[in-house]
Amino acid sequence: MISNVGNQPVVNAVNIHKSFKEVKALDGVDLEIKPSQFTAVLGPNGAGKTTLVEIIEGIQFPDKGDIRLFGKHWKHNKDKLHHLIGISLQETLFEDKLTVRETLRLFASFYELTEKRVDEILDMVNLQEKHRSYVVHLSGGQRQKLALGIALINNPMLLILDEPTTGLDPTARREIWDILRGLKKNQGTSMILTTHYMEEAESLCDQIVIMDKGKVLARGTLDELISASQTNEIIQFKLAGQKNVPDFNKFINVKEMKYDELTDQFILHVANTSEFLPILIRYLNEAGCKVSELRCRYVSLDDIFVQMTGRKLTDNTLGI
Amino acid sequence: MRSQFWQLLSIQFKEFFREPGALFWSFIFPILMSFGLGMAFKDKPEILQHAAIVIPANADSSKLKNFLDLKCKKIHNKNNEYEFILDNKKLGKTIDHFFVRTREESDVMIKRGQASIILAENKGIVNYFFDPANSESRLAYLTISGILNGKSSISNPDEIQTLNRKGMRYIDFLIPGLLAMGIMSSCLWGICYSLIEKRSKKLLRRLVATPMKKSWFMITMFMSRFIFTLLETLALLVFSMLVFGVTIQGSWLAFAAILISGSFFFMGLSILLASRTANTQVGNGLISSITMPLMLLSGVFFSYSNFPDFIIPVIKYLPLTLFADSLRSIFNEGSGMNTVMLPFLILTTTGIAAFFAGLKIYKWN
Ligand SMILES: Nc1ncnc2c1ncn2[C@@H]1O[C@H](COP(=O)(O)OP(=O)(O)O)[C@@H](O)[C@H]1O
Ligand SMILES: [Mg+2]
Repeated sequence: MISNVGNQPVVNAVNIHKSFKEVKALDGVDLEIKPSQFTAVLGPNGAGKTTLVEIIEGIQFPDKGDIRLFGKHWKHNKDKLHHLIGISLQETLFEDKLTVRETLRLFASFYELTEKRVDEILDMVNLQEKHRSYVVHLSGGQRQKLALGIALINNPMLLILDEPTTGLDPTARREIWDILRGLKKNQGTSMILTTHYMEEAESLCDQIVIMDKGKVLARGTLDELISASQTNEIIQFKLAGQKNVPDFNKFINVKEMKYDELTDQFILHVANTSEFLPILIRYLNEAGCKVSELRCRYVSLDDIFVQMTGRKLTDNTLGI
Repeated sequence: MRSQFWQLLSIQFKEFFREPGALFWSFIFPILMSFGLGMAFKDKPEILQHAAIVIPANADSSKLKNFLDLKCKKIHNKNNEYEFILDNKKLGKTIDHFFVRTREESDVMIKRGQASIILAENKGIVNYFFDPANSESRLAYLTISGILNGKSSISNPDEIQTLNRKGMRYIDFLIPGLLAMGIMSSCLWGICYSLIEKRSKKLLRRLVATPMKKSWFMITMFMSRFIFTLLETLALLVFSMLVFGVTIQGSWLAFAAILISGSFFFMGLSILLASRTANTQVGNGLISSITMPLMLLSGVFFSYSNFPDFIIPVIKYLPLTLFADSLRSIFNEGSGMNTVMLPFLILTTTGIAAFFAGLKIYKWN
């Protein structure tokens, strides 16, 4: 299987367009995945992530554009490509009254795999204890682990996971991350993962593709994305007692100022925190403002997304 | 490859036998239904007729009042209610229940279906108020007017010969209809609804993103469903044979052929109906809107001969009617393959056509 793969891209999508009636779900998207690369497609709901990955998976077809996996088009290579990829769709529900083992066994049979592989998968996704439970009795995290197990069953060269941790609690999410990290260590697998959690993209993936409204806004490693933004340091704080909102833009150090109404915080993108912080404190003292919850940090993917779109990636920031 | 086939087949069986609801509706419900209806119509039941009687306020010699006082039995603990029993060995009992009420109260009783006829007196003459379109009211009129005129409506009991030979009872009419209805529901819910549900759960698109053979998925679904319908049929058949002595007087070959063609038809229809729907509520409505009218029109429980004449030719060619009527003629009239050839061909060919049409537009994603 691996022999003819060589060094060509695992996925090569060029100028993909896809519309649903009025909605342009994908508006000229390019994507290249190299062997062994883990890529996160990061974007808010409705960005077009699912449409993109389902086109890569051969489930949907683009209106325009060229898509190749391992150098092959879906047309005429269906069976071969099905053996090379493993997928988990956003929110698939498996048969309620089949057990975990029976579900895995069914999918194993499609690839002509034996019971041994089922046991390996049960170990890999940590579902040994649940192997006789009906799917309907599994928790959200266990269902996602089952979906992941099914995606891994044929030992795929390319793993495509659509929001594998959405809606899970932090513990369950970490467990899935650990499984995926283990994969990265052991095998030559490539992965595409869609998410709207920046932590997931940051901690698991080599390449991050930021999408919104059917377009790719930015792509690169985390470092590349951060250094590409104008500034990479942030000071944020709350104010009390000020008469009118101070204008921080008059300081040359401040590249950008934002006021977040939701959290009542000022967010300053600054060139050099250590230089500017004393100046800021003195200025606020003189103005008679009380500062609270002052924090200095590096730019995050969330900030970059806000910079690019003016909107937040997620409305609810699940703290992890 | 063989393991894929067996896995697909075995999950069908597991899904079916692990769902208590499905088992109940497939096996227990038809048996309960045939038992209940079969018992209810076993002996000629007593006929109960309810009539409201309006007695003139200040007439001393009211014909109706005399009738009630002299001929009828006052019912215990009830206000102004009387009973007249007409007994006949061959026909069974006819019980007339009279309510003495005001005219207004009587009208309300009619509206509520608590009485089917009103008797009132005008200048010594009894008037009958009822809806002639209602056969129950007409029967009440004939019976009660007969009683009031001093004669039983049966002139000579000897001229009545009751029919209770096998094949002529209600249960003999009912069982073939229930079998056909059972197969219809089993196919539509078991295949059509189940496919729609799998699509709405995104399970179908997950399955076809593997090297699974789509044809085997379909074939195993059909095979298993066919086996389930056979088991359901067998259960009801054996039950009705043992409990009610129902028999298949005609050819077993014809019986098998019609069972197969009926199953084919409803399986094909299921694929067609399930080909594009992804919403289980839509699926639910779709299936109900097909099964309900068919059950009512096709004479599963009662003969469709009471429907207006112009619609009967249409009813006769509804799939469930073709199916049930053919089964009935095999069960009760001793028919063989020749007699049921036409329904057999119609059901089989339309079933296959629906199947391929459905497959052509089938949406796996
Ligand atoms: N089958 C469809 N029919 C109509 N609109 C769709 C369909 N699939 C996706 N869309 C629309 O396309 C856009 C992108 O959707 P999607 O790819 O699911 O985004 P994401 O996965 O990033 O949340 C959304 O506006 C969505 O409403
Ligand atoms: Mg999505």
